[in-house]
Amino acid sequence: MNGMSPIVKATTKVFMGFITVYSLNIIAYGHLTPGGGFAGGTMWACGFILLVLAFGKEDAFKIVSQRAASVADCLAAFTFLLVAILGISAGGFFVNFLSKGKEFNLVSAGTLLWLNIAIGIKVSACLFGVFVALAIFKRSKTSSEVQ
Amino acid sequence: MTFAIIILYFLLVFMIIGAIIAVEVRDLLGSIIAVGAVGFGLSIIFLFLGAPDLAITQVVVETVSLVILIRAAVVRDDTTYDTHHNTFAVAMALIFVGAFIAFGALAYKALPEFGNPIYAQNQEKKALAEANGNPAAKEDDNRETPAEYYLAHSFEKNKAANLVTSIVLDFRGYDTLGEATVIFVSVIGAYVVLRKVGRRREGREEPASQGKDES
Amino acid sequence: MTPYLLCSLIFAIGVYAIIAKKNLIKIVIGLLLLEYAVNLLLVLVGYKSGGKPPIIVPQNPSTANFVDPLPQALVLTSIVIGLGITALMVALCIRLYEKYKTFDISKIKRLKG
Repeated sequence: MNGMSPIVKATTKVFMGFITVYSLNIIAYGHLTPGGGFAGGTMWACGFILLVLAFGKEDAFKIVSQRAASVADCLAAFTFLLVAILGISAGGFFVNFLSKGKEFNLVSAGTLLWLNIAIGIKVSACLFGVFVALAIFKRSKTSSEVQ
Repeated sequence: MTFAIIILYFLLVFMIIGAIIAVEVRDLLGSIIAVGAVGFGLSIIFLFLGAPDLAITQVVVETVSLVILIRAAVVRDDTTYDTHHNTFAVAMALIFVGAFIAFGALAYKALPEFGNPIYAQNQEKKALAEANGNPAAKEDDNRETPAEYYLAHSFEKNKAANLVTSIVLDFRGYDTLGEATVIFVSVIGAYVVLRKVGRRREGREEPASQGKDES
Repeated sequence: MTPYLLCSLIFAIGVYAIIAKKNLIKIVIGLLLLEYAVNLLLVLVGYKSGGKPPIIVPQNPSTANFVDPLPQALVLTSIVIGLGITALMVALCIRLYEKYKTFDISKIKRLKG
């Protein structure tokens, strides 16, 4: 799949930074402001989809490859499960065992921060993988089918 | 009627009109755009109902859904027209619509009235019993709904300012684990359905060969 | 009661689209409308008149007059699962189109491949 016109590419180069920073902000401050892991993760996946649409498949895969997305997805799911299992040391599954810290700070609320980050990475990698599966399939269809 | 309620009714009517357009319009691109409008209207309704988390999530999820749907539907030149209407199915569907609304009107009497959720009714009852001088003698009158418990004790238990996040990730974290599993399974399912294995036999599309795809 | 009835009208339109339409994409659109209606009903049940969003601000750390936070936690999960369902359905639609070259379900039922 080819990319789009140079205007779209230039705009994407500017916007990709904003989208990444904003989505990471929504993920990381999920325990203080509205948002959280799911909203921020989906937003980050939208950023990656913009990359694939604007630059074409080959160029976009140099920046974030499909294999990296799959590995990040599995690692984030493992981290989520690991934090949950570590709670057994403090009483039971999913117990909030880290120190709660001072309220209204970034590093507070115990395990909530790390769970949010794990969910954000997982959701973004998953949705990027789904979109890549759909996009690659289209490529193989138009190249193997006769019009 | 407050401003929020007026906007709520207006947006609900907008969603109904958008839904009817999405279902009835013959052009696929038009109906997909109408579904997108319904989704964005839903996100504004969430904002006016005091749920900013859900509004943010609904907007981005709607965008990704639209991108996926347009990817699937519009790039294929398909000339499907609903030439002969399936009268039996349409009649059955309209009968279902009528029956659903009629029985719904009966069933919604059991839900709390709009604007007065269960925990508020519980608190009113307890406040009334206190004011009357007999503060919750029986066990029945002293029940606490889960929402009351979360509102009262969530901040001191885990110091998180966003109550919805603390419920989703701390009090009910097991459901979030289940949701992560469901998303994972749906992604794997999409990969398996769209694999390229088995597509090398071109020109010999037998159902038996399609069945051997997943090995 | 009226918002609940309007919401179930959206649900009914979604069910009508699933039953009575022959284009596969219209059926997927009907399922999307079903999800919207169900999520909306859950959040409508938890609304409190004059309530504030359930976020504690430093200036006023009391939780009086908040909207019910429990249905919002359920709907947050439900919205993202709905996205996964849509992605899987669209993948199936693409695959069906590749095999049968049409989105019409009456033709898909009759072709023997």
